Amino acid sequence: MDKLLQLLSKNAQFSTAELAAMLGEPEDHIKAQIKEYENNGIIKGYQAVVNWENMADSFVEAMIELKVTPKKETGFDEIAERCMAFEEVESVYLMAGVYDLALIVRGQTMQDISMFVAKKLSTIDGILCAATRTEASI
Amino acid sequence: MINYDKYLNSSIRSLAPSGIRKFFDIANEMDHVISLSIGEPDFQTPWHIRDEGIRSLEKGKTWYSPNRGFSDLLKEISNYYERRFSLTYNPFEQALVTVGGSEAIDLAFRCLLEEGDEAIIPQPAFVCYNPLCTMAGGVPVNINTKNEDNFRLKAADLEAAITPKTKLLVLPFPNNPTGAIMERSDLEEIAEVVKRHDLMVLSDEIYCELTYGGRNHVSIASVDGMYERTIVINGFSKSYAMTGWRLGYALGPAPIISQMTKLHQYGIMSAPTTAQYAAIEALKNGDRDVNHMRDEYDMRRRLVVDGFNEMGLSCFEPLGAFYVFPCIQSTGLSSEEFCTRLIMEKHVAVVPGNAFGECGEGFVRVSYSYSLKHLKAALARIREFVEELRHEG
Repeated sequence: MDKLLQLLSKNAQFSTAELAAMLGEPEDHIKAQIKEYENNGIIKGYQAVVNWENMADSFVEAMIELKVTPKKETGFDEIAERCMAFEEVESVYLMAGVYDLALIVRGQTMQDISMFVAKKLSTIDGILCAATRTEASI
Repeated sequence: MINYDKYLNSSIRSLAPSGIRKFFDIANEMDHVISLSIGEPDFQTPWHIRDEGIRSLEKGKTWYSPNRGFSDLLKEISNYYERRFSLTYNPFEQALVTVGGSEAIDLAFRCLLEEGDEAIIPQPAFVCYNPLCTMAGGVPVNINTKNEDNFRLKAADLEAAITPKTKLLVLPFPNNPTGAIMERSDLEEIAEVVKRHDLMVLSDEIYCELTYGGRNHVSIASVDGMYERTIVINGFSKSYAMTGWRLGYALGPAPIISQMTKLHQYGIMSAPTTAQYAAIEALKNGDRDVNHMRDEYDMRRRLVVDGFNEMGLSCFEPLGAFYVFPCIQSTGLSSEEFCTRLIMEKHVAVVPGNAFGECGEGFVRVSYSYSLKHLKAALARIREFVEELRHEG
């Protein structure tokens, strides 16, 4: 794997001078390389890794596995996009295996998540069944 | 009250305790300390190696091994030296598995030295050589390696230290604490002197897998006429991140190894069985892990060397082990003062250079066997410290 990307993916706060020192390359080269990765979408962004559980206004997360009937023209995409439109949904993964889609859902309480599944998710046409699993970061 | 001193051997009483521990101990009692003082890999032993140890326990392999070590391990050690350094050792006559490299060093001193024999030990060097040599009845004669020579041992300095009593030269390269290495041309010059004065060499190659900048370790045993004069010491601690398993080995001329084996048999019996099973796996399938760890260390090394040079503490480029040895003379402090103030004021632990011999005064040893995040934070604190010192001055 590209060493520059490996370093940045662990810690995006290295300065270009530090990266240049570690990789034994000129700083200009490092800057250009990062620019290129940003331009061609290999580096999609930089974000803080937040330990939300330590925050006062805590919340819960759950993973919901969905079995769906793919639409004729659009496959799983249409349902995935509809799921993503809900503000409770953090991310959507296409799965291979027993389930077709996995959603990471966030709410203030487990009750919120249950209501979301019951009232919003289950009304989408094409969703056959759902299994909710709670998540705890360790 | 019994006066125990009268029972205790006077040589052991007069040995100074290791200077590394002191800063360790202060660091352990303080909160939020960033330590760069430890000389062991921060990596865990690779899983497949641990797994072999576990499996051997599951199978109930909990007995003594043969005194020399398991023959499979002896064969793998011999294969390894053949493969990496083109040196051929008969696994059953020229190899001995020990409890860490340290035991092998102790055995070699005790098997070679008679009362009053001199052993030449270049410094700065790891703290065990002088005391072990003394306890074996030998007389350690220290040669100072110098910053301007990149801390390599020079043939002329060796020549000057030789007396009719000199029997042994200790070659601790790649070096702890300086990170210096010896290249083939350096070793060839040393070999000429060794042969001319009919000496033996104890080559401590524990850091042999940790060399950088495309330079592979060269064993002095591979220099013309030196194979028969060299006892190679090595082990698994540094290359495979196996410090706690306590496993090392010695390779050398059969008559010497057989005497070392005899002493090992009486004093130790055999090296740990579980560790030996794990080590066989390490030598068979561990090359990828070694390469991966070396690459990681290399990045850290560059970051740290660059960091020290940037803050004006000149730092020669170490090409081996996992230490840098920056010069702190420009701060006007002694090594001891620098380390004490750094830990008290900024909570960063490094080791004073003079813990590795008087000639290490003016330097500090910094281990970069830590995560990049940890190193970055430590460097920032050291930079602050050095800037504050400049303002004071």
